[in-house]
Amino acid sequence: MTPRFVIVCGSGGVGKTSTSAAVGLNAARSGERVLVVTVDPARRLAQALGLGSIGHDVSAVAMDGPGSLAVSMLDTKAGWDSLIRRHARDEKSAERVLRNPLYDNITARFVNSHDYIAMEQINELASSPDFDLVVIDTPPSRNALDLLDAPRRMREFFGGRLLQWLTLPYRSRLLTLASKPFLQIADRLLGAQFLGDIAEFFTLLQSMESGFVARAQAVESLLTSDRVSFVVVTTAEPAACREATFMASELGRRRYVLDRVVVNRLVTDTGDETLPSREAVSASAGTGINADLALAGMREAFSHRRTVAARHATGVTALRAIGSPVVLVPETVAAEQSSGDGSVLGGIATALRGA
Amino acid sequence: MDAKGSIGALFCASDIGYDPVTVAPNLSVMVMQTEQSLREYLRIHLRIPLVTKIGPLASTFDFVADAAPGVREVLAVGKVCWEVKEKHFDLVIVDAEASGHVVAQISSPRTIRSLVPRGPLRDQTSWMLDILDDPEQCGVVVVTTPEELPVTETVSLVQKLRSETKTEIAEVIVNAVEPRPDHDTVVLAADPWFASTSPRHAATVLAASARRAEQDAQVGVLRAALPNDDLRTIVLRDETGRALVDAVASTFGTDTDQDAQ
Repeated sequence: MTPRFVIVCGSGGVGKTSTSAAVGLNAARSGERVLVVTVDPARRLAQALGLGSIGHDVSAVAMDGPGSLAVSMLDTKAGWDSLIRRHARDEKSAERVLRNPLYDNITARFVNSHDYIAMEQINELASSPDFDLVVIDTPPSRNALDLLDAPRRMREFFGGRLLQWLTLPYRSRLLTLASKPFLQIADRLLGAQFLGDIAEFFTLLQSMESGFVARAQAVESLLTSDRVSFVVVTTAEPAACREATFMASELGRRRYVLDRVVVNRLVTDTGDETLPSREAVSASAGTGINADLALAGMREAFSHRRTVAARHATGVTALRAIGSPVVLVPETVAAEQSSGDGSVLGGIATALRGA
Repeated sequence: MDAKGSIGALFCASDIGYDPVTVAPNLSVMVMQTEQSLREYLRIHLRIPLVTKIGPLASTFDFVADAAPGVREVLAVGKVCWEVKEKHFDLVIVDAEASGHVVAQISSPRTIRSLVPRGPLRDQTSWMLDILDDPEQCGVVVVTTPEELPVTETVSLVQKLRSETKTEIAEVIVNAVEPRPDHDTVVLAADPWFASTSPRHAATVLAASARRAEQDAQVGVLRAALPNDDLRTIVLRDETGRALVDAVASTFGTDTDQDAQ
């Protein structure tokens, strides 16, 4: 049996990683074998689950219940190394790529390189017999879209003229008419030597084309299949709602299945309430407090809460217009889950289960 | 840098693009678009005026963005530094990308220097580094919230910025700190008589007080981890949009929440 995937997206600071952890915990408690993979370069997942650290290798999280929960963090460098070794024609070609001066920079230091490896890992996990469910914690929203588009870009890169141009200086000094302006700009911008390094690197990479393209196509079809669903995480604040709505429409445009929208840290209105008079407070409450001051503070705090609640209600209405199920996670639960204790993630998991 | 459209919404201005738009007296806003930045770069530095006529710009841009590491980042950073160098503005504020990506961006001129042995792009990293490394001209303001995960991430971001760049950390701002209910209000909320008379008010105040205590603890963690950095806290506001910008702006220069520190 092959695993299902839940891909969790959302803007920064909305509780995306905690929600990923909670989705995983929930499924594990109901008996599934779950892996939570964090793609976010920031290392939040370990903290959300109360773990010291998470590495590239899958590590199990201790938990009660019938299922199992394991976590891993994307290691871009290790991922690229193993990818190159797997797809290279022979050991010698692999070594030449791994020793190219561009290789380290492309693979370890730049954001987009993360995306390719994430997709590669999803592809690998797609046929894993070890898990029933894989939860992917993605980078903040716009970067998540880069991640989702990585297979297509990889395919287009290998299929397009760009790679031909990039490798041209390495293959021939004779420039075709079509590529001349491109190389002129590239040469003026970067210098011939750097261009040569790039050409060598991509020439080597080109030899691995069939492997890369086949896997990119496999990931693209996986993402639109019924084995993959998406969760958009947000708060009910206006900026986060705008971002969530954008994210939902982008997922729809790519024909991905948006399973639900999770609204974290929701403040709800508990309704109005009359406060006792200053005299009643002075008479009935403990001595030693300034009743006027205490009541003024009470009004201020309550009014603040109601203002936020009204704003959140507007936000939830906007999120419901997306048309997918909306899961509301009350503020108290969200506040608890920031404590870093894996067990309290159960609160957020309960909210998800109740949806 | 992170074009979500939020910056326009805060100033009640729509359709903000690469060209600066004046949203208030002496205040302009633009959204970074690296392809536009490349166009401008080619026009200014390589004197290629009509980029659209030179052929496959889209492919050139893909090349720049995907194939040559650091070039996309350096185009964005370069545009910002260019505005500073040319003194088009007295102050340039960059709403940078999320913490996982900003170090690669700030260190991109050094990356280019290590990769590109010669050529105009390498030459131009010198003046960018002059600006980025000079505390008189450039500083990073790290913004976080008083919660465990963001605080941990902030500490690691500051450490990474210090080890991988020479750009100064100007200030650390802890945003969205819960207003602290005053002592007498909390005592009243905890009073059994009051809690039975006005349970909603009591619960609201006790919850706010507990959240604030947890937030104070996180500010303490941050202060202990970054003992030599300036730390400023900004209390959560009820306003939104332009009113929020005005309200927060009015708190700068006056520490409104000393007790959090």
